Amino acid sequence: MNSTLTIATPEAVMFWFLAPLAIAAALGMLLVKKAVHSAILLAWVMITLAFFYIAQGALFLGIVQVVVYTGAVMMLFLFILMLVGVDSSDSLTETIPGLRAIAVTAALGFGGLLISLIGRASLGRDAAGLSGASELGNVESLARLLFSTYVWPFEIVSALLITAALGAMVLAHHQRTVARPSQREQAINRFRGDSLAAAAGLPGPGVFARHNAVDVPALLPDGTPAPSSISATLEARGDVLDSASFQLDNIDTSITEEK
Amino acid sequence: MNPYNYLYVSALLFTIGAVGVVVRRNAIVVFMCVELMLNACNLSLVTFSRINGTLDGQVVAFFTMVVAACEVVVGLAIIVTIYRSRRSASIDDASLLKR
Amino acid sequence: MVTNNGLVYLIALPLFGSLTLLLLGRRADKWGHIFATLMSGGSFGVGVLQLSQMLGRATEERPVTQRLFSWISVGDFNVDAALLLDQLSICFVLLITGVGTLIHIYSIAYMSHDHDRRRFFAYLNLFIAAMLLLVLGDSYLNLYVGWEGVGLASYLLIGFWNQKPAYATAAKKAFVMNRIGDMGLSFAIMIAFAAFGTVTFSGVAEHAHHASTTTMTAMGIMLLVAAVGKSAQFPLQAWLGDAMAGPTPVSALIHAATMVTAGVYLIVRSNFVFDAAPTAQLLVVIVGAITLMFGALVGTAKDDIKKALAASTMSQIGYMILGAGLGPAGYAFAIMHLLTHGFFKAGMFLGAGSVMHGMNDEVNMRKYGNLRKFMPITFITFGLGYLAIIGVPPFAGFYSKDMIIETAFNAGGAKGIILGSTALLGAAITAFYMTRVVILTFTSKERWDDDAHPHESPFLMWFPMAILALGSVSTGYLFTKGDALKNWLAPLFSEHGEEHHELLAPIVVSGLALLMVLIGVAIAVIKYQLSDVDQATPENVSILTRFARRDLGQDAFNEAVFMRPGQALTKLLVKADESVVDGAVRGVGRAALGSGTALRGIQSGFVRSYAALILVGAVALVAAIWVVTQ
Repeated sequence: MNSTLTIATPEAVMFWFLAPLAIAAALGMLLVKKAVHSAILLAWVMITLAFFYIAQGALFLGIVQVVVYTGAVMMLFLFILMLVGVDSSDSLTETIPGLRAIAVTAALGFGGLLISLIGRASLGRDAAGLSGASELGNVESLARLLFSTYVWPFEIVSALLITAALGAMVLAHHQRTVARPSQREQAINRFRGDSLAAAAGLPGPGVFARHNAVDVPALLPDGTPAPSSISATLEARGDVLDSASFQLDNIDTSITEEK
Repeated sequence: MNPYNYLYVSALLFTIGAVGVVVRRNAIVVFMCVELMLNACNLSLVTFSRINGTLDGQVVAFFTMVVAACEVVVGLAIIVTIYRSRRSASIDDASLLKR
Repeated sequence: MVTNNGLVYLIALPLFGSLTLLLLGRRADKWGHIFATLMSGGSFGVGVLQLSQMLGRATEERPVTQRLFSWISVGDFNVDAALLLDQLSICFVLLITGVGTLIHIYSIAYMSHDHDRRRFFAYLNLFIAAMLLLVLGDSYLNLYVGWEGVGLASYLLIGFWNQKPAYATAAKKAFVMNRIGDMGLSFAIMIAFAAFGTVTFSGVAEHAHHASTTTMTAMGIMLLVAAVGKSAQFPLQAWLGDAMAGPTPVSALIHAATMVTAGVYLIVRSNFVFDAAPTAQLLVVIVGAITLMFGALVGTAKDDIKKALAASTMSQIGYMILGAGLGPAGYAFAIMHLLTHGFFKAGMFLGAGSVMHGMNDEVNMRKYGNLRKFMPITFITFGLGYLAIIGVPPFAGFYSKDMIIETAFNAGGAKGIILGSTALLGAAITAFYMTRVVILTFTSKERWDDDAHPHESPFLMWFPMAILALGSVSTGYLFTKGDALKNWLAPLFSEHGEEHHELLAPIVVSGLALLMVLIGVAIAVIKYQLSDVDQATPENVSILTRFARRDLGQDAFNEAVFMRPGQALTKLLVKADESVVDGAVRGVGRAALGSGTALRGIQSGFVRSYAALILVGAVALVAAIWVVTQ
């Protein structure tokens, strides 16, 4: 059932709108300094690709692209960025001499040749749409194909998934080099520390808090901000707010003697 | 508009990903460029499946996605391990196999 | 051709003796010499038996053969290891085994003080076996085996006392110069095979009649080269003087009677080749004439008794070669002179050995004198040999040498006159220098060193000398009586159809020869007997004498023309080998190393540069696809 394909105008409009954006995003991903920005731009490209898949009739694949790729894989990337350092950025100077020139030249050559090849290629027939192949609906047709012709690769790929998960666990496993301090040891260390301030244990979170924002410090009983209530990063960046601005107005804080 | 336009987009994305692998120094960004290349291949697979009128391209794209996911998992675990011991995420520092 | 199964014993007995003595080593020291002499004597006995049988047969049945085994069988080329005993071979067999056995007996006493006497006898037996194989072979290839064998034996025996480097060098020199001759023989065999497909004497003789003159001339020249090398003729004569470094029995046997006559045997055996190639024959007589004079001139200036006798040998073989080159008329006389020469020259060498034995191994004749009083037997035997060599009738040399001179004159035309005159002049000079040797050694006044007490040699030494002297006296007459030898050998040669015009009557030739001899003797007597001779070598002599003392410049010539360019060539080749060949090999190594060092730069350790390389490779691939699908 090979019918020639005609592409409807809505699809054309969508394509010509989204495709340049995707390419711009990709270029941006290449050029921005901060790694997090690159990750966000990549997510944008992936969403655009999901649009393309759905427009081409690969409904299942489009949804899977959003759920698995953008949702899981990119989130994984962002988690790792968080661990490694949100701040990590590259300097723009190149350390290996000549590499940038080689890369750009090779890329231009590669892209140009590829596009020209595609332009010349004829696949031997007119484009046939997926209307014939997806008679039973995209998911069911895909399932038929998957569990008949491609069942063997399917099983192997599932084995691969399990192996990958195991591998990640093995790699991320942190072997203790020092024995875990027992409760008794922890108690001893607490009392033999520099100051006895933490001997009785720190107060729970929010006991002295003035506000539930991260950057408003908690006030100790004598009115000074508690140093351990603010993340060191915020303090280093100077993003700490003054908790005096969050005082309740009609609270009498003077100390009166009990009669 | 013919479906071959998607192929041009795919080629461009692939090229950009390739350049990114060579040029960027942060290991995670390099990995992201690899992902970009894989996605470009997926796009071309889906387009071919549309052109040919069969669903085999989509099945292969599906498998590619699964394999890419596995690869990301393991690869990032490796990067984290290296980062833990070296305190640096630049791939230029892992150059002990030089002559 | 009649088959006779006894021929192999001629060779087998001495070969067995040689192998036994070599393999048993020191265990055979006590009895080795007796055993070897018995083996040689046994071979002589077999030879005598064969002769008596041959004499009893009719002329056509005289040659006998024995096929030992099939040696080479390749495609169309078949060579058997086979022996042929005909009228020519039997003469040589008796000469080799007879004189050889006498020299074995002599050596028992001469080498009695030598620690390695057994090895000496082993080599002597080896030589006898090889020489017999040479004269008994029925094809050129079989002859070649014997040819090489005698070359080997000569090398081993010249360098017998190889503790002295000079002697070892002399042995090497002899071997190398022999080798040049061997190359000639190889080429002759190749020509025979290429042109006729066979290398047996009978086979080549058949084809020689209708072969082209060019082929025959080429083969003849190659055979001449072989003969020149083995017989120490000009231009390959330089090794014979140095070969006197070997013990005197060796000089007597090998370098007087037998090995050096192998060249003459080769030429006479190949008479069918030379008869068909007049140019080659002309070259043969030219070589003979030149060597004749060369040897005679050198012999006049030598003070070393052995070297003087060696020069004499060279000259006499020149006579034989001259005779052999004169065609069917001269073959028989060449052989006759060869046989008689074997007797008197070997006898004189043994006499020289006896003199040396009595004079503490002194070889300088200027330190001899008046030895006839103290060594009478040696004097008599040596004297008889001397009379034979200068050609006094009725001794052997008179008959043989005169016949050669006569045949030379009868060859006709200018060639005949030149050759005849040269031979006559040579006879005069021969008489001169041989008389000089006899006078200086035996009859002049004493000029000894203080520690010399000359004494006669023991029985085992003078007995062989006496037998040989007897031979010198009688063989000449025996061979010539009724043309005995000539008729004996005639069936082997073609009828000489050349004009047989006698230029001079035989009596005239004999008279001229005797006159020359008398002149030579007279000059020598005047110079040496009647005036005083110095013990020290005189320095103010004529240029010719100085030149003759240095062997007419033969060593200087060889060195300048062959040795030095050869050494330069070798140096050049060694340098070429080092720089070009070794350089290429080393260059390959260096190139590999260099390219490896250069390529190592790719391994920078940076992942990104590797990725860049992959990208570049991918570009190349796409470009290739792009080009292919144009």
